[in-house]
Amino acid sequence: MKVAIPVNDKSMEASVSESFGRTPYYLIYDTESKESVFLDNSAIASQGGAGIKAAQIVVDHRVNALITPRCGENAAEIIQAANIKLFKTINDSIKDNLAALIEGKLALLEEIHAGFHGHGGN
Amino acid sequence: MKIAVLSGKGGTGKTLVSVNLAASAVDSRYIDCDVEEPNGHLFFNPKDIKTENVYVKIPIVDHKLCSGCRKCIDFCRFNALAYIKNHLLIFDEVCHSCGGCVLFCPEKALSEKNSVIGEVRRGVSGNVEVITGILHTGKESGVPVIKAILKNLHGSKKFTVIDCPPGSACTVMESIKDADYCLLVAEPTLFGVHNLKMVYELVTLFSKPHGVVLNKCQDGVNPAEEFCLEKGINIIAKIPFENELGTLNAQGLIAIGKNEKYQEMFSSMLQIVSKGVQNEAITHP
Repeated sequence: MKVAIPVNDKSMEASVSESFGRTPYYLIYDTESKESVFLDNSAIASQGGAGIKAAQIVVDHRVNALITPRCGENAAEIIQAANIKLFKTINDSIKDNLAALIEGKLALLEEIHAGFHGHGGN
Repeated sequence: MKIAVLSGKGGTGKTLVSVNLAASAVDSRYIDCDVEEPNGHLFFNPKDIKTENVYVKIPIVDHKLCSGCRKCIDFCRFNALAYIKNHLLIFDEVCHSCGGCVLFCPEKALSEKNSVIGEVRRGVSGNVEVITGILHTGKESGVPVIKAILKNLHGSKKFTVIDCPPGSACTVMESIKDADYCLLVAEPTLFGVHNLKMVYELVTLFSKPHGVVLNKCQDGVNPAEEFCLEKGINIIAKIPFENELGTLNAQGLIAIGKNEKYQEMFSSMLQIVSKGVQNEAITHP
């Protein structure tokens, strides 16, 4: 299974990013081959619609699951249209979240926010 | 003569000034361009209201013609399109209606549809024509609503007062574009100065004749007044921080009709602004 996680640096020791659409990098991790690839998020500087562009990037990498602390409604629409499972992080450690996913202990992300759309957020 | 009333933040008194200025003129028009929260109509209670919808163009796709080349997606700087599972998705709310995706589509798979984003209400209240722009909840930008109002002004009025949205963003630029004069309303605080600076920079950039109305004036230092003196900005009026004025305004009443001193204050404001515009026409024809 291929998994995407928004992360703050190109390292397995890095923390999970608070933002899906405007994270600096994505980790694409293959649970079978245990290969990890870090992608630059070209959506980070978008004037608007960062979540849409970011979701397109994730979909284009043919992942089966996305683990993120939160996700906006436009991005979620794309992720769901692509039949990608949307999981909620348990903490900000990449390794803890991957381990929980493999053990089947991650819950689905149910709470989809309406997006910040130029109004920041934290 | 078009007078735009603006401020760097909400709550400084734009509507108070706009409504009373328009009401103090004999032949005038009041336009509420604060389309996200228009409230000037509450003071005027206009009658004979005619409502027109405001539309923007949104792309629609013919899935049979779409080849999945993604030229539209690459073009859109607002990321309003995505291509998922051999299917083009369009996010209407994110679209800024530039039409670029339709022009760039090599398969002619994209065309445009009208989408309602708001409305314009025109009515009359005594000697004032009252026009209110309304952006529907959840719609991205009020600019098309403001454009629809200012492009279609029927008949000439001696005075048109444009009540602008707060801040100095696109909607404000659209509102002041054709104004002959910009009236900046400021509060007597450091924060007020910060907000005044924003709109002062904007009207300077647009080379608009301008002046400041100092609102909520009390005894003691007024940082906004100090800023005006330092920059050599005309102070058109000082509105006192008064219980009576605040009460009238909070009750949705037009102050000039309730107390002669307010009638005098706003009439004189209108005269000073008119003179300012006339002088400007002589010195910069």
